[in-house]
Formats: sequence, structure tokens, C-alpha cells
Amino acid sequence: MKVHLKIWRQKNQQEKGHFETYTVDEVNEHMSFLELLDVLNERLIKEGKDPVAFSHDCREGICGSCGMVINGRPHGPDSLIATCQLHMRQFRDGDTIVVEPFRAKAFPVLKDLVVDRSALDRILQAGGYITVNTGSAPEANSIPIPKKIAEEAFSAATCIGCGACVAACKNSSAMLFVAAKVSHLALLPQGQAERTERVKKMVKAMDKEGFGACSNTGACEAECPKGISLRHIARMNREYLRATFIAE
Amino acid sequence: MKLDAKIPEGPIQNKWKKHKANLKLVNPANKRKYEIIVVGTGLAGASAAASLGELGYRVKVFTYHDSPRRAHSIAAQGGINAAKNYHNDNDSVGRLFYDTIKGGDYRAREANVYRLAELSVQIIDQAVAQGVPFAREYGGLLDNRSFGGAQVARTFYAAGQTGQQLLLGAYSALNRQVAEKTVSVFTRREMLDLVVVDGRARGIIVRNLVTGEFERHSAHAVVLATGGYGNVYYLSTNAKHSNVTAIWRAYKRGAFFANPCFTQIHPTCIPQSGSYQSKLTLMSESLRNDGRVWVPKSREVAEKIRRGELTANDVSESERDYFLERRYPAFGNLVPRDVASRAAKERCDAGYGIVPTGLGVFLDFRDAIERLGKEVIRERYGNLFQMYEKITGENPYETPMKIYPAVHYTMGGLWVDYNLMSTIPGLYVIGEANFSDHGANRLGASALMQGLADGYFILPVTIGDYLATLPFDKISTDLAEFKDAEQKCIQNTERLISIQGNKTVDELHRELGKIVWDYIGMSRNREGLILAREKIRNLREEFYRNLRIPGGRHEINEQLERAGRVQDFLELAELMALDALHREESCGGHFREEYQTEDGEAKRNDELFSYVAAYEFRGEEEPTLHKEMLHFEYVKPTQRSYK
Amino acid sequence: MSWFSEFARSSLGKKFFMAVSGLFLISFLIVHLAGNLLLFQGPAEFNEYSRFMSNSPLIRFMEILLAIGFLAHIVYAYILAYKNRQSRPHRYAVKNNSPASFASRTMPFTGSFVLIYLIVHINSFTVKHRFLERENTDFYRTVVEAFQYGWGGFYWLFYVIAMAILAIHLNHGFQSAFQTLGFHHNKYTPLIKKLGSLIALAIPAGFASIPIYFYFFAPKI
Repeated sequence: MKVHLKIWRQKNQQEKGHFETYTVDEVNEHMSFLELLDVLNERLIKEGKDPVAFSHDCREGICGSCGMVINGRPHGPDSLIATCQLHMRQFRDGDTIVVEPFRAKAFPVLKDLVVDRSALDRILQAGGYITVNTGSAPEANSIPIPKKIAEEAFSAATCIGCGACVAACKNSSAMLFVAAKVSHLALLPQGQAERTERVKKMVKAMDKEGFGACSNTGACEAECPKGISLRHIARMNREYLRATFIAE
Repeated sequence: MKLDAKIPEGPIQNKWKKHKANLKLVNPANKRKYEIIVVGTGLAGASAAASLGELGYRVKVFTYHDSPRRAHSIAAQGGINAAKNYHNDNDSVGRLFYDTIKGGDYRAREANVYRLAELSVQIIDQAVAQGVPFAREYGGLLDNRSFGGAQVARTFYAAGQTGQQLLLGAYSALNRQVAEKTVSVFTRREMLDLVVVDGRARGIIVRNLVTGEFERHSAHAVVLATGGYGNVYYLSTNAKHSNVTAIWRAYKRGAFFANPCFTQIHPTCIPQSGSYQSKLTLMSESLRNDGRVWVPKSREVAEKIRRGELTANDVSESERDYFLERRYPAFGNLVPRDVASRAAKERCDAGYGIVPTGLGVFLDFRDAIERLGKEVIRERYGNLFQMYEKITGENPYETPMKIYPAVHYTMGGLWVDYNLMSTIPGLYVIGEANFSDHGANRLGASALMQGLADGYFILPVTIGDYLATLPFDKISTDLAEFKDAEQKCIQNTERLISIQGNKTVDELHRELGKIVWDYIGMSRNREGLILAREKIRNLREEFYRNLRIPGGRHEINEQLERAGRVQDFLELAELMALDALHREESCGGHFREEYQTEDGEAKRNDELFSYVAAYEFRGEEEPTLHKEMLHFEYVKPTQRSYK
Repeated sequence: MSWFSEFARSSLGKKFFMAVSGLFLISFLIVHLAGNLLLFQGPAEFNEYSRFMSNSPLIRFMEILLAIGFLAHIVYAYILAYKNRQSRPHRYAVKNNSPASFASRTMPFTGSFVLIYLIVHINSFTVKHRFLERENTDFYRTVVEAFQYGWGGFYWLFYVIAMAILAIHLNHGFQSAFQTLGFHHNKYTPLIKKLGSLIALAIPAGFASIPIYFYFFAPKI
């Protein structure tokens, strides 16, 4: 099959950027979307042009590096996947596919489809951890954690930090990302000691980075490659209220 | 130079304890006067940097990713081993030690492996305390599953994302140290050279991948935690950016490279679908707990499946050859990776493959689904099944998975002593980057264990012994050694850009990958290895003549980054061939066709090859081989049998 | 009180005030609707009710609360909407057509329309009733006249459209408020969503039934 790619090109953070259209013939339906970009890039290099820069690494949907908005949807027209797991069988012959970088004030574009997501790291550095020095941990089975609680914590911990939630949200809100970490640690007995301070610090860091507020639209949940649920956002809201009004 | 592994005296159970007691310490107030560079933020790097920060050292961490959390440890699916014996199935430190030595086909150091087994239990404690959400039983206690090469269930897991969860644990510990300002993280920096001053590792040269600027960083010690070199094969389960550059350039500065030919082929990967293929996807070994591996008994049936005239479900029970269960009744589908991979290759080479290329076998869950129900299977492997379906478009609940072996891990790496220090004083190597504790074959769920044991518990202790001998003085990056190293990096970069030939980096890399896979892959022979060396040299020559890199060096330029990595792979590949050629025996992942038993199993030669082959770089000359003899006092080497 | 100002300045705090004021306004709507339905009872009952409304000190007090509620809801809505817009300076070329509900994406617009309606409504009735025509004892007549003849016969239609838009606003607003307040439960959340939809339908339908009845079915006055 054959597709037309309308891709955002931007030389660096300072330059304005524009769309350019490329046509790729001989697309195989078993190809991943990133492999399609590889094929395009090989051609661009041969033609003496600058290949399209995009983030990628593991190409199996777990490292969280890749991410672009394809036809208006972060990670493209399939659910529960990262861009690297999007395959061309999702498209039809002759389709025009519009590819844009993740857009948010907190995610400046560095080049083409590559954005800077270090804001997410800074939020986690503000408090997304349990303070435990190496070697000071008690025996692992000394604190039982009910299977359901462990699974709920795991469902939040599956976040790969790709930023699709921010890209999908009309407000560029990072609530799902932050909530995933807050919820994961708040659920576990090990996370209780720092529960109050953690949520306050992380929310403060989140607001400082310039992300928007949550409108509970659910777009983040719909686009999350790991299907992280909105109920984690509710849990973070609860944690924040508790930290503000109840905790001493 | 004689290799001294510095293995402590005494009975194996006491070696580590005794050694720790004898190590020199740095007083807490002085720790902040020492700077340590850690390159790489995977399990080993992140855990080491966090632990060093906790101790009070000033740590600089480097990663070429945009965030430490992206390191490839994240992709480990199945689990992490620990001798907790929670299942009362008679597991112990001794048994994990034994399994690992045996699994590695008697090519690992006993003392290191014993220490690894001992520390395994602490890793689980540490991870749980950090909030790693391991799978649990209904009573709230930790759950385990079994993995290849073991007859006990000692593998801790978090669905199919164990690596990710453990890495996020280490990353969160790292983040805490960033908040405490003991650790600074430098993202999007690629290490391109090691700086050695007066015979000691004192710094690194990195390229800022956004601005293209080169930077010099100095420290009192350098720790490399940069992972393995599986991408020398082009197609592997490694992430696209995984590379050998950091350790290779350290090798060229004097660190010995050990056992380069020991590479691991993982049996359960999704077969290649076309020439555009950019990487291979692993399906966790844990699937072999419930999945049964088979091909049709008859070539005709296989041929019909290949042509799409028949499907797996059309093949009746009596027409199926569960070849792992047939050949290895004791371990069945849970034989170690090297054994399973070769068995699959043997069937496919004999014409029983079931995908159009002929290179694929079935991994079938039909019986497990019948026995346990779909829900239980979904709970155990749901995300893996989903991943498989996303990639192939086929539903593994209804039709068996198709799998084929692929390169997955490299046991070889920089040689280190018991303290994890390389042959360059002050240069430490941890995790997959060192030649490691896995001998000639790594058991499943042991990579995470080793990376974390190195990073959390071994390096932070042993490095103090070295630092205590050093003065506090900060070393200036204006020294000639730093300037020269940086200049060399700039020249090399400009040289690569100036070639302006006709082939892209990927084209050359693919060609290299094919050579390495064909001749230094799952099975090797003398003729092929000699031919491979020649082909690699020719390709290297072409690389410097015909490479084409677009753009310049003062910008984000992925092609330029990759060119530097392929440049090193082209040199490494030759060393792999050399090593594979010299090792005239079969052991673990290294299978020399000339050395096999009558029924096609690997045949070791303990008399001649019971050693670690460590290579010293000699410039244009052939590298010098140094041997570290292996002594087995506790596990007597025998013909490995999983029958 | 620094802890409180930190809370009030945070994005979560602002959302909290939105949610609390929103739920308060919904409770007001229910009470207001109950009173308005007296229009169907007839002039005597309705006029008695409106006399009580303009004279009771309790209602005076509630009115102040209500004004604060409205003000908080509106001011925070605009602050949040402004900040949210700022957080994405460069819009997408292709509109995100992901499955987020229409109602949730259009809250600022439906909210703004409801605000316009509110101004019109207050101007038409509250201001008249409370300040301009205090001696008017037949407020029933004022209301019915407005719906039957106001704005050249289209005043009723504006009301019905406004109520339709309010329905959209409430449909997301009610359940969203619970989410913001941290209430999410596998057992009860589906119920809340249903209740939200019911409220979103019933309240505006109740209000809209009044202009529709008086325009189409009631005898002209």
C-alpha cells in the first residue's frame, strides 16, 4: 500500500516549523509506524535531505520514549499502545496521515517530533519516591499487602512516562501522570510515612511546570498506552484534600 | 600483565563477609569530597548512583536518554530470581548458586556467583521497601513462578513488567538523591571516551545530543553501567540505542574485554516479518511455564502451514512434535535458553519451520487454557498476549504464538575483578556491561538480579576501598589528557560526517548484523569464523569509504550518533570472531559445530578452556589474550544435562 | 493560613472550589425548580411563594451565599480556562478526536452560555421583582407575560435553548465534581454517573417545561 505523510518539521527549538508532505510507496501492513518512518528516513538521507527526528528506543511499548500525535491522537488510531506498537494495518491504502509532536507548553519541541519531557522527571524528583536507604529494608514478606491492593498499585505503577496523557488533554494537564505515582505509593503500606508531604510536593511541582488543570474529560485515560484509570486521579484528589485538611 | 581477580580466601560462604570486613572505608565527612561518574541509568547504574549518593559521595550520572527511566532494563519482562525459598520447595542460596554455575556451563567465577546468590534475597527486600508492586498471593505475601534452568519457583515478578517496576524503584531512589542534591543527572549525553590520567580512570568525554557540544567531566572514579552489545547483530531484542561504545572506548583505553563471543540467543521472540524490520520483540520466558513448544511431525504438514493452507489448529495432537518435551523430559519446555534456542533452530533447519521464512515454531497455550481457564492465563500473561496481538494481528488465546530465537543478552563485557574494577584502576564496570557472573549462558530472571546486586550492594562497598587511597583533590578538565580525548572525539565525528558516501548507517549496520548472525550466531564453525573476520574487515573498510551522514554535528543528529556506535560494532564484531575462533569447545551460548556430542548437545573442553578469555587492545596489532583460570571447588563441572 | 492559600492557589484547590460551588449551585437549582413549579398550581400559590421569597430574612442570607457560590464558580472557571489555554500555546493541526465526551470538552462554552442566560434571567425577573416593581403583587402575571409575549414571542425559546445547554453542562459537571472531590468507587461511581445524567435531564427539563407550557398550552393572558 501507499500512504501520504504530512509531518511537522522544525529544525530546532527556536525555529518556527511547518508541515511537509511525503509519499511512501510499498508500505507493508505488518510494518510498525516507526519502521515506516525509518523507510522514509533512509530515502531522505539518500536524497540528501534531513531525516525526520523522532524519539524511540525499545520499540516494544515499554520505555516510553516514542510519542507523536497521529491524525489527532497521541500514539495514533489504536488503543493501549505506544507509537512503536502501531502497525500499518490500522491504515488504508492512499491515506493521508498527519504527524505532529506532542504539544504542551511544558514539552518544548527540540526538533521535528522530538520534545523535551524533562518536566515529568522534575515532578517525580519532587517527591515520587519512598525514602529507604539501600540495605535498610525489612524482610520482604514482613508486611503482607492484599492482592487487590497490590494489583491496584501495580495498575498505577505501569505508567511508562510517555506523556501521551498530557498530549491528549485539552488542558495539557499532567494529572494522570502525577496521579499514577501518587496513587501507586499511597496504596502501599511502605508509602504511608511520606503520604502527606508527597502529594503536596508533587502537585506543587506539577503546577510549577505549567501543565493545565484537570477537566475530568477522560482523554488521558483513553490515550494512555497502559490504560491507567481516572480513578487514580480521584485518589490523588482525595490524597490532596486529606493532606490539606485532615493531616496534621 | 597477570589478571588478578582478587578473590578472597576462605570458604565460599564467608568470602564476601570477610572481604567486606577487610575493605578500607571513607569517613562520612570525606565522602562528599569524592566525585564519582556513573554512565548509564539502567538497573545497575541507577541503583549504584542512588546508593552512592545515599552514602554521601557526589555523583554525576550520564544517560543518552531524555530520562533515566528509559534505560533498556525497563524491557525485562519475566522476573527476578532470589533464593527466598518462600515456596518451601527446597530452594537455598546454595541451590541458586549451583543452578547459575551450571546454567552458565561452568564458565563463571564461583566466588562471584555465590555472592550474587547471597545478595539476591536482599534485592527483593530493597525493592519491596521502595514500593515495587510485585505480584502477590491472596494472603498478601509475595508470589513466585518458575523459570528456565531451575526446578524451583524462585522468580519474583510484576506481571510482564518486572524490569520496568524494578527500574522505576531504582529510578525513584535516584530521584530522591537528586532532590537531596547528592546526585546530578545529565540527560541526553553520550559518553564517547574515557579519560585516563596517570594510569587511573579520571573522567569522560560526552557529547550533548541536543546541542552537539562536547563536554569534559572529571571525577575520582568512573563507573560504566552501559549494558550489553547485542545490537552488533542489528536485529536483536535490545532497544535501538543500546550499544557498545562506552565499554569499547574504555577497552581501547586499556580495559580488558572478556568473553566477547558469549552471547545469548533467547528462544521466544516474535519472528522477523520483513526486510524493513528494525528490531525483534521478545516474548517473556515465563510463557514457557504454560506454553508448549511444537512443530508438526511431518515436513509436508509444516510446508502446508508455511503456505497458509493449514493452520495450527488443524494439526491433531498425534501429528505434533513437542520437541523440547521429547528431548528433555526432566525440564521439558523449561530448559535453559541456549538449549531451547538450538533445539528450535535444529527443527527449522530440518524443514519443520511454520512461518513463511521457515524460521519459526509454535508456542501453544491451548492445553493451559483448557486446564486453567482463560481468566487465569489472562491474569498471568495478559499484557504479553496483548503485546503479541498488537504486533502480529493474531490472537494467542485462539491460535498458538509463533516464535523464533533472537539475540537477547551478552554475557561478555569488560573484565572485572571481585571488586567489579576493570584493569584500569578507578574504572568500575557493573551490570550487563561487565563480563558478569553468567558464564557462557545466563539463566532467565538473573540479569535483573545481577544488575541490582552490583549496583545496590557490591559497588558502593568496594569503591570505597579504592577511593580511600586517593587524595581529595579535584582533577582539572584542562589537563592535556582531557583536551586530547575531546579533540579525538571531535576529529572522529568530523571524519564520519565528511565521508559523504552512498550508504546509510542502517544499511551498513544491517550488513554487519547479517554477517555476525550467520557466522557468530547460534552456531559457529572454524571456516565461518575465518570468513566472518574477512567480511567484517571489508565492511569496515567500506564504512569509512561509503558512509553517508546527513546534517552536521551541532544539532540533534541521530544518524551521527548511530554511526559512532556502528563504527565500534564493526571493531567489536571482529573481536567476537577472534574469540569464538580461539575457543575450540562448545559451551552455553557459544556452540561450535565441531564440538558437539552425538545427540547434538554442547561439548565442553574443561581441560583446555576452563578460563575467562580477556583481551587487551593493542592498536593495529592483534589483541593480546589473557587468561583468568577458573577453579571449581564447590560445583564439579559435568556435562550439562536437562534430560 | 498559608496552608490554605497554598491549597487555593494550586490547580487541585481551584478545581475543589469549582466542584463544591457547582454542587451547591445544583442544590440551589433543585430548590428553585421546586418553587417555580408552583406556577402550575396557579397565581395564588405562586404569588404567595414569591412574597415569601422577597421578605424572608433566611432567603436574604441564602441569596448572599448563592451570589458567592456563583461568583466563585464563575471566577475560578475563567481563571482555570485561561490557564488551561495557556498551557498549550501551539494548537494541534488535527483536532483531537479521542473518545473524551463532548460535554466534558465544552464546559467553558456551555458554562459561558449559561452565564449569559443567567444575566438575562436576573435582569428579567429578579431585578424587576426585587427592586423595580416591589409593589407588584401579581408576579405570576409578570412571568407568564414574559413567556407568552417577551422579545416578540421568542423569549420562551431562549429559555428552552438555555436549559438544553445547561443540561449538557450538568451532565459532565455533576459526576466531574465527585471525581474532583476524590470520590471514585467501583461500586458507586457508575451510580453517580447515572444520577448525574438524571439530574442533568430532570432539572433543565423541569425548568423548560414552564415556558413551553405557558407558550403552547396555557390560555393567553
